Amino acid sequence: MSMGKPLPHDAAPLHVTGQARYIDDIPTPRGSLHLAFGLSTVAHGDITAMDLSAVRAAEGVVAVIADLDPMPDCSPSVHDEPLLAVGRVHYVGQPLFIVVATSHLAARKAARLGKIEYAELPAILTVDEAMAANTRFEQGPVIWQKGEFNDAPHYVEGQMEVGGQEHFYLEGQVALALPQEGGDMVVHSSTQHPTEIQHKVAHALHVPMNAVRVEVRRMGGGFGGKESQGNALAIACAIAARLTGKPCKMRYDRDDDMMITGKRHDLRIEYRAGFDDDGRITGVEFRHLFRCGWSQDLSLPVADRAMLHADNAYFLPAVRIESHRLRTNTQSATAYRGFGGPQGVIGIERVIDHIAHTLGMDPLEVRRVNFYRAMGHAPNPAPQHPVATTPELTSQAAEGVPHTAPKPDPGTAQTTPYHMPVEDFIGHELCAELTRTSDYRARRKAIAEWNAGSPILKRGIALTPVKFGISFTLTWLNQAGALVHVYQDGSVHLNHGGTEMGQGLFQKVAQVAAGVFGIDTSAVKITATDTGKVPNTSATAASSGSDLNGMAVKAACETLRDRISDHFGGATFANGRVRTADADMSFAEAAARAYQARVSLSATGYYATPKITWDRLRGQGRPFFYFAYGAAVTEVVIDTLTGENRILRTDILHDTGSSLNPALDIGQIEGGYVQGAGWLTTEELVWDDKGRLRTHAPSTYKIPACSDRPRDFRVALWERPNPENSIGRSKAVGEPPFMLGISAFMAISDAIASCGARYPALDAPATPERILKALGHV
Amino acid sequence: MQTELFINGRVHRLEADARTTLLDALRHHLGLTGTKKGCDHGQCGACTVLVDGRRVNACLTLACMCDGSEITTIEGIGEPGALSPLQSAFIAHDGFQCGYCTPGQICSATAMMDEIAAGWPSHATGDLNAPVTTSAEEIRERMSGNLCRCACYPNIVDAILEVQG
Repeated sequence: MSMGKPLPHDAAPLHVTGQARYIDDIPTPRGSLHLAFGLSTVAHGDITAMDLSAVRAAEGVVAVIADLDPMPDCSPSVHDEPLLAVGRVHYVGQPLFIVVATSHLAARKAARLGKIEYAELPAILTVDEAMAANTRFEQGPVIWQKGEFNDAPHYVEGQMEVGGQEHFYLEGQVALALPQEGGDMVVHSSTQHPTEIQHKVAHALHVPMNAVRVEVRRMGGGFGGKESQGNALAIACAIAARLTGKPCKMRYDRDDDMMITGKRHDLRIEYRAGFDDDGRITGVEFRHLFRCGWSQDLSLPVADRAMLHADNAYFLPAVRIESHRLRTNTQSATAYRGFGGPQGVIGIERVIDHIAHTLGMDPLEVRRVNFYRAMGHAPNPAPQHPVATTPELTSQAAEGVPHTAPKPDPGTAQTTPYHMPVEDFIGHELCAELTRTSDYRARRKAIAEWNAGSPILKRGIALTPVKFGISFTLTWLNQAGALVHVYQDGSVHLNHGGTEMGQGLFQKVAQVAAGVFGIDTSAVKITATDTGKVPNTSATAASSGSDLNGMAVKAACETLRDRISDHFGGATFANGRVRTADADMSFAEAAARAYQARVSLSATGYYATPKITWDRLRGQGRPFFYFAYGAAVTEVVIDTLTGENRILRTDILHDTGSSLNPALDIGQIEGGYVQGAGWLTTEELVWDDKGRLRTHAPSTYKIPACSDRPRDFRVALWERPNPENSIGRSKAVGEPPFMLGISAFMAISDAIASCGARYPALDAPATPERILKALGHV
Repeated sequence: MQTELFINGRVHRLEADARTTLLDALRHHLGLTGTKKGCDHGQCGACTVLVDGRRVNACLTLACMCDGSEITTIEGIGEPGALSPLQSAFIAHDGFQCGYCTPGQICSATAMMDEIAAGWPSHATGDLNAPVTTSAEEIRERMSGNLCRCACYPNIVDAILEVQG
């Protein structure tokens, strides 16, 4: 079996020799043209004059495109994102016109020569300004409420600013459009969502989708930033290619990329929680104020997912979540690893930390008493995954009617704020194991003693868990297709709808195919994602790549295997051999014989995730197929004079189910943790009072470097099979580990708390400035 | 202007604007696309190449400054079937995810190992009078100019340690 083996990435020898091709590396035909956008320099205003004569006259310029009628739309949701500003600009960095030139440099130089005059309008830049002006998406806040709020012995309340995050995929946004005969278009795009590119380009060119083919071999990182943000480049290239008849390429320079594209949503979280003497939460209220930027993009499902993760791993008997999706004159915030989940999780982790501080308890104890009930230890364990029989609450959000909390009923699952029973909770066992292996309790004690003797440097430690829901919350996206060919020499050609951005999807899926045929993965050719081979695909997002595409590939391969087997009147496939009742042959020979007997050796496969239903307006249903779990212990040290900080040690225990590939999964976990810790420590986005992003390059925006990773980094897998019937009983691993980075933030808070009596109330990211500020009021 | 570059053992005559960076010369003029453009202003390290054995950011180096110099890019370090020990170690330790920073990481690490061997100290070096020894701490410090957004840092350090240690 190839599944479960720690094989390296599919193109490993190409990556280490520089031969792996990204879009900017693809040789372009002679005469290819290059594009650049001219950008808005004001955050909000009406364009009163646009003089592009100097742009047109600049060296190398072939065409300038400023007014298109109708203006193509780039939005992945509600058609509110014109490719170029029409009359009014909504943020600094908004594309105004397209320069088509003979070189990338000529296009960029010319793009600076536009003379634009604006009648400036007041810009809405902050959540406070947006709330005051009531600029928002949807009519009002989305509110979910469950359970009854009773008087509690204690309360905490507070608020927290949580910063956004630039994706900083090392390969910037890029697209290449190649015009074909009859008006058809082939587009190479660095995108997580080829079908979306195909759809938007077809719409812009006024052709059916079958006239556009999109190909993606790999991305140099995506992280959610290439789910919708590549649309503008692909559309611009296709339009310019149609206009000029020449291949057109567009690659954002890094500064342009950061100025134009959306980032993780920043938000303010306001909270009030009631709890008893043990720290058990009796009720909690959250208010999320999301800064969504100028267009809707994916903000609604992102903010929904924050609500869906406002409980994290904790049972909340009474809960009210009010979510405001605010429109501001800034880049349109978009998908980013976790898709709002991290923003939801950090709210409840903050509440827990605040409660523990109030009661003088170890936050881990407060976490433990609030965990969902362990289903594995229920008095009368039912068969795997019974349908919950607890009388379920109706949606109070929709009806506005308070409701009584359910009576705990041992043996049945507790429910989330959106009424989904948590049937697979493993937080108790997982955290107990991590507490033991990380030596958490002894180290916590040792740190307290060390701090007592250290006036300047202070250490802190924290354990935080994650429970992350797996599935797209837009239910119909939970489907996938695959196309598999077996050639007469026994080699296998594999295609599916998922895209490779470094997460190792292609190798995992090849392992699935090789496993079905009983052959080595080297006999499986992994090919570029291509809308001409597998249609109507979903974005490679929501951690779903392996779950969905692995199952679709498995289905296609099993169809082929069964056809070959039937031809021989039954056969087994293992170790590259096919064994029948009276013969033992190589897979290649079996394929050749099946071909000669006129057996079709090409098949499609299809998969739709079972069990899920979701009513987003009512906030009710089962949006997730299952949950993925994990926990991390982080120890930090801070300098109380400068606010500088270091991560000293991190221990992670993460749930991957039966891992399809432990090596790739560990990479995802380590990388997710470091990126999550970066979000909450060094990565600070700063806009000035004119709405200009002042941190638009790595010189001013600090992502973690090699020297920033934990000094001592220990990662282990909790490898118990997924109780749900996922591919190989594995679990999704792309996003969940990101939230383990929250432990670094809470450890910093713990270190600050050792310096005084008051709660630190630390904002994120915990830059040295913010740490100093928090030190000032503890 | 005309520049003569010795790249990966072969001579290349470049006719280009004097302001052409070494990175653009490699990628656009000479078709050596293994060297990547990440930020184009010397902050991410994706474009690291060796000039006369020393690592430089090709985006901050003018091609004409390298007239007559020996330049080694990722293509000159090894190729599939004939990998350098470091390239093999990056595969064995899974020292990448998306792979975009990898050519820069490998070029940078190749020169860094020579710097340690030559006794160059770093910020992480404890004793400036003693010989520099290879350690995870030294590697982390010396490789901090090569960003990896996928954060494969543990595996990158392990790969280098295997070869150097």
